[in-house]
Amino acid sequence: MKVKMLSRNPDDYVRETKLDIQRVPRNYDPTLHPFEVPREYVRALNATKLERVFAKPFLASLDGHRDGVNCLAKHPKSLTTVLSGACDGEVKIWNLTKRKCVRTIQAHEGFVRGICTRFCGTSFFTVGDDKTVKQWKMDGPGYGEEEEPLHTILGKTVYTGIDHHWKDPAFATCGQQVDIWDEQRTNPICSMNWGFDSISSVKFNPIETYLLGSCASDRNIVLYDMRQATPLKKVVLDMRTNTICWNPMEAFHFTAANEDYNLYTFDMRALDIPVMVHMDHVSAVLDVDYSPTGKEFVSASFDKSIRIFPVDKSRSREVYHTKRMQHVICVKWTSDSKYIMCGSDEMNIRLWKANASEKLGVLTSREKAANDYNQKLKEKFQYHPHVKRIARHRHLPKSIYSQIQEQRVMKEARRRKEMNRRKHSKPGSVPIVSERKKHVVAVVK
Amino acid sequence: METAPKPGRGGPPKEDKPQAKRKKPRRYWEEEATPAAAGASPGPPRKKARTREPRPPRSKSAHPAKKSRLRQKPRAPKDAPDPKRRPQRTLSGAQDPFPGPAPAPVEGARKFCRIDKSRTLPHSKPKTRSKLETAEAQEEEASVRAARAELLLTEEPGFLEGEDGEDTAKILQTDIVGAVDIASAAKHFDLNLRQFGPYRLNYSRTGRHLALGGRRGHVAALDWVTKKLMCEINVMEAVQDIHFLHSEALLAVAQNRWLYIYDNQGIELHCIRRCDRVTRLEFLPFHFLLATCSETGFLTYLDVSVGKIVTALNARAGRLSVMAQNPYNAVIHLGHSNGTVSLWSPAVKEPLAKILCHRGAVRAVAVDSTGTYMATSGLDHQLKIFDLRGTFQPLSARTLPQGAGHVAFSQRGLLAAGMGDVVNIWAGQGKASSPSLEQPYLTHRLSGRVHGLQFCPFEDVLGVGHSGGITSMLVPGSAEPNFDGLENNPYRSRKQRQEWEVKALLEKVPAELICLDPRALAEVDVVSLEQQKKERIERLGYDPDAKAPFQPKAKQKGRSSTASLVKRKKKVMDQEHRDKVRQSLEQQQQQKQETTKPPRARPSALDRFVR
Repeated sequence: MKVKMLSRNPDDYVRETKLDIQRVPRNYDPTLHPFEVPREYVRALNATKLERVFAKPFLASLDGHRDGVNCLAKHPKSLTTVLSGACDGEVKIWNLTKRKCVRTIQAHEGFVRGICTRFCGTSFFTVGDDKTVKQWKMDGPGYGEEEEPLHTILGKTVYTGIDHHWKDPAFATCGQQVDIWDEQRTNPICSMNWGFDSISSVKFNPIETYLLGSCASDRNIVLYDMRQATPLKKVVLDMRTNTICWNPMEAFHFTAANEDYNLYTFDMRALDIPVMVHMDHVSAVLDVDYSPTGKEFVSASFDKSIRIFPVDKSRSREVYHTKRMQHVICVKWTSDSKYIMCGSDEMNIRLWKANASEKLGVLTSREKAANDYNQKLKEKFQYHPHVKRIARHRHLPKSIYSQIQEQRVMKEARRRKEMNRRKHSKPGSVPIVSERKKHVVAVVK
Repeated sequence: METAPKPGRGGPPKEDKPQAKRKKPRRYWEEEATPAAAGASPGPPRKKARTREPRPPRSKSAHPAKKSRLRQKPRAPKDAPDPKRRPQRTLSGAQDPFPGPAPAPVEGARKFCRIDKSRTLPHSKPKTRSKLETAEAQEEEASVRAARAELLLTEEPGFLEGEDGEDTAKILQTDIVGAVDIASAAKHFDLNLRQFGPYRLNYSRTGRHLALGGRRGHVAALDWVTKKLMCEINVMEAVQDIHFLHSEALLAVAQNRWLYIYDNQGIELHCIRRCDRVTRLEFLPFHFLLATCSETGFLTYLDVSVGKIVTALNARAGRLSVMAQNPYNAVIHLGHSNGTVSLWSPAVKEPLAKILCHRGAVRAVAVDSTGTYMATSGLDHQLKIFDLRGTFQPLSARTLPQGAGHVAFSQRGLLAAGMGDVVNIWAGQGKASSPSLEQPYLTHRLSGRVHGLQFCPFEDVLGVGHSGGITSMLVPGSAEPNFDGLENNPYRSRKQRQEWEVKALLEKVPAELICLDPRALAEVDVVSLEQQKKERIERLGYDPDAKAPFQPKAKQKGRSSTASLVKRKKKVMDQEHRDKVRQSLEQQQQQKQETTKPPRARPSALDRFVR
């Protein structure tokens, strides 16, 4: 007879001294871990609930402006510095870690229409209602010196926007036309226009640095190449586009913030159909900015909220609002892709977390591991109705909520009318036009 | 001839590569470059490499991309010992003694495999499809890694082997006790408790604690390893059954009238009057449900974490006194007096399934830990083992002289049956195989009639409650040797237990999720998906996902005439029509094949006339 009994030595399973950590032998045999899927589901549900519990995105409000904040700019080299221009011509430079204003400049008379930093971070440019372009040093004046711009260019017309080239000492302004300037000269090296309308914003492409996009109030978006004297092509939409923003990772994609409450992501090679129509706002979209990862962008709207959209989704994943925040005019995603800043009508700049429930500060490795695990679980069970309902739920102010309801009704009515029309007319005479095609009026080359 | 060829020249090495390579002066930085260069260089060397390892024949499945990735893993170790393959050298010049990827145990990985590879992936968009494929590949990888990690398990299962010709069933407990070490021998004991006779018993989930309840009111709980008594009371009432709740701190006792809950000091915590005349208790640890069946014919689920009754199901089959839980899917099996076993979930008012098992009443039911096998015994003196994977067919049956009144499965699939005052134990071939009922593995005669049976988890011990008290039998090879410290740790401290309790409560599975297939939650809900699609089409008035009708492209040089356009259009339409017809024909053929298959397993004598 050969016999062996299971006989464990307790010393192998119990810690030796109280200073040790407990021994935890593992065996991944599935029979010892039954109900794997239901338990993971419950964990995912709990993780989703906790995510909503910990969703506290609002970090700080930077106050000090004496009029509505009209434009924001990021510092290209320093994460803590941010510049803002207000409607009374004042420019403020902020330190985000201290949440304090470090410098105030009375830059223009009337609005500061646009602000941009030079790629090296030593100076910045502003344009204002007083028909001037001014270049300022990033550092403040020394003791006893006057606060004066490095250069001032007096123009003939009002400039409404400015953007600096990402590599070269050149910048572009827009107003009645798009002007490309050399930093050293007082006259534009090149002026381009197509049509006769005021251009509201101009943006350089961060990858293909010679490309520019602009949007004008005659409802079009025009693309230019700096190296040639004429514009490349333009697309005409249903309504006016307020700003555009280039995707920092994909050179040919840009997103346009439109007056018709939507945002349109275009591929510049095929402008006739937008890649994606982003719908969720209930009022005109005023500004848009991409995350440095190029996967998401944030949009500011007249409906007193900002929303975060994934690039490939038509619905927003997040909406931020506060009781006191009024019409949001400008928005920026910080270069570390963790925070969002928005400037609004009621003179404040607000700082938000890009990921509402993220824990700030250094995480321990166990926290990180738990976080990753929960993230994966949420992803795995995201389509289950209970999980989806909790993850999607957002509290909205009454004004936005009722607007959404109203617009839903309107949209439904329009759809029903079209369906009825199709039903009672000759087959094929009322074609089905997809949502993406609906809003593009024309493409001109 | 004897001079080494210059490194700059590329011609001669191609002619006869091995020789040239040997003679070439070696530099340490060249070492890494050579294998890559050999693979990249055109001509004979590559051809050779291809002939050396013949590719496995492509299988008929439609996913070559996925297959190629998945199949390479297990094949890799075959390549490793190939002498022609040069082991990679590191910068220091040391050779890797185990080149190539680590060997993956294919057999072991099957246990951890969570995907059903026989099913094809659903037809979906390329993006979704690639996501599914990566997910599958990751699962595969995870199962291989888990199988590899089995190497780290420290304990080996026990065994009992007779010398040639010796029948292990003839080996007595005293022989086993004499042959094993002192610690194991101490696990065999008899509690002589004739006064409060026949005993029911229950081990806690960690296998450390034992609760026993005598018919005449004796209730006790003890740490049976150290033989330390936790509490001992007499409830002055008949005790029908006793069961630990999620930890050893709480004890449910089914008494003559009502259900009571005691703590480990023997203090009565609750008297649950909504569960009256309870005969058997089962605890579903992951759902925190105490399932009770009663003389009144009700199966009642009590949520012990909140103290609420979840559902009370009327089985409509008279007195219920045979109950078992399926540890794999938490379904309760009830044995009835008409010979059926019904399967219950708290989410459904009707039984999930009814299995006709015996000609007489069912006396005992047990389900093994993998949820694959069910053992039943009936008044017809039969002991049967059923397959629970879909078909509910009996796998083996055996007529016992007395008929078993109690059956129990061990963690490693041993089956114990109590017949009168004898306990028989049968063993199978391996862990996941059904026990063969031919020859018993062990037998033991007790001093009284058997009244309760349970294998101790994580110990090679079978606890038997009988009219003479309690016997703890040694059954080598019955228990899982390696426990998981985060699930059931027999050596856990108080703090660990408290932490585990909090975690377990946080992930309490809702009672509605109990169903026959616990993995169903991870499947795609096709039914509601199609329903949603249908509703959407109805709402929109057209199908947004429908394939657009073919529009011929405009061609130049006069080839875009109306006639040619119509011709091209017609060609595509004809092709589509042909495909459709072919598909429907194939479907018809498949259906025909399915219908021609013999519907019964047993052939009839008249089958020979069927043509």
